Amino acid sequence: MPDMVNIVVNGQPVSVPSGTTVAVALLIGGVTHFRTSVAGEPRSPVCGMGTCFECRLTIDGLPHSRSCQIQCAEAMEVVTS
Amino acid sequence: MALRASPHLYTQTDTEHFDAVVAGGGIVGTACASELVRAGLRVALIEPSVIGGGATAAGMGHLAVMDDSEAQFALTRYSQLLWKELAFRLSPDAEYFPCGALWVAADDREMAEVERKQGFYQAREVPAKTLDRRALEAAEPNLREGLSGGLLLPDDAVVYPPCAARFLAEEAIASGMQLIEGRSVTELSDTAVQLDDGTSIASALTIVATGIMAARLTPGLRIQPRKGHLAITDRYPAFLGHQLIELGYLKSAHSLDSDSVAFNAQPRRTGQILIGSSRQYGTHSPDVEPHMLEAMLRRAVEYMPALADFRVIRCWTGFRAATPDKLPLIGPCPGFRNVFLATGHEGLGISTSLATARLLADLILGRASVIPLDPYLPEREFALHA
Repeated sequence: MPDMVNIVVNGQPVSVPSGTTVAVALLIGGVTHFRTSVAGEPRSPVCGMGTCFECRLTIDGLPHSRSCQIQCAEAMEVVTS
Repeated sequence: MALRASPHLYTQTDTEHFDAVVAGGGIVGTACASELVRAGLRVALIEPSVIGGGATAAGMGHLAVMDDSEAQFALTRYSQLLWKELAFRLSPDAEYFPCGALWVAADDREMAEVERKQGFYQAREVPAKTLDRRALEAAEPNLREGLSGGLLLPDDAVVYPPCAARFLAEEAIASGMQLIEGRSVTELSDTAVQLDDGTSIASALTIVATGIMAARLTPGLRIQPRKGHLAITDRYPAFLGHQLIELGYLKSAHSLDSDSVAFNAQPRRTGQILIGSSRQYGTHSPDVEPHMLEAMLRRAVEYMPALADFRVIRCWTGFRAATPDKLPLIGPCPGFRNVFLATGHEGLGISTSLATARLLADLILGRASVIPLDPYLPEREFALHA
């Protein structure tokens, strides 16, 4: 059993194996609407490697954080938009 | 974004005679063309690239009142009020945003300068409010702690300059202005201008509004390109409420030879933050220079630490048209009878474009002006080194 890490996604607790990126944690939890584009369209991760910027979330209060490039940390707060 | 030029393209078969040709479709040229068209003149505007694509697109679009000299004050204040009027009909994409400006004082010495400025503006009936340390913190909570205060200028505003220029051009086109896009003026005389394709266009008068390129058409002009860098962030709505400028900006703007940076941050209607500023003489390369960009962003982070974690999505450079005495050149060009200059606005071209155009139109049309044109007449510059 790997070590687990607990984060909070839109106020809901989510537990994932340590080393999981925030993007993957959300996808495991069934969240696909990561952010809303300027034109009002839902957006999800595309590249998974930090170049497409579609996976941006507010992480620990910082908007536009690329969730595919950030590993989950204990008690991390994640908000979709 | 580019102005669709095809319906207005000028062809060699046209044999029209214009009342006025305006060389240069930046904010100053489009404002001049707009003024003359509104007065009923037949006007052609000649823009080598796209409307508002040069220094106009590179600038911040801060519509500022300034107090370096009485002449600078008069022009900036008059123009600011003209912008306020124009705002009622400006297109939404020009993003006129009456956010006010806050000059930030870092220490007691700068706070004394705030008091001096406040007195200057109060004496001239321009709204200006001194903020103490606490009031500054309340107005802009994301500024670093320990600043001394600031000066709030509520009439300052911001605009997105290339769209404002395009608006002025499109409005003039709708009133009959001829836009000649993709051509540049290579030579001028008192009766005609030559274009780079060999076409000659007859015109009763010509206005040169080509920014740093003006000296090519009217030799003897001492206009120096003064390079600036800017960076813009992603959208962080409500992070910043006012156009912010450090008082030390004046040191940067006034230094004549050394490279300098100063903290300057602007909230855009989109929630983006536009970060400046830098000033350099002696370079013609439009490349972003990492050491200047770094110094500029470091300065911004000194004033607003949270910016360090923000994402810059684009950075670019532009060239201000700087004159030796920091005032623009507006009026008849020495050596010609029917050629007028509207250039040399340095970092205030967006701010003062509308007043420049109004004053020049007043002169051309024989109307009375609201403020005297004398301080901006180009002859001062030519007389100095004749």
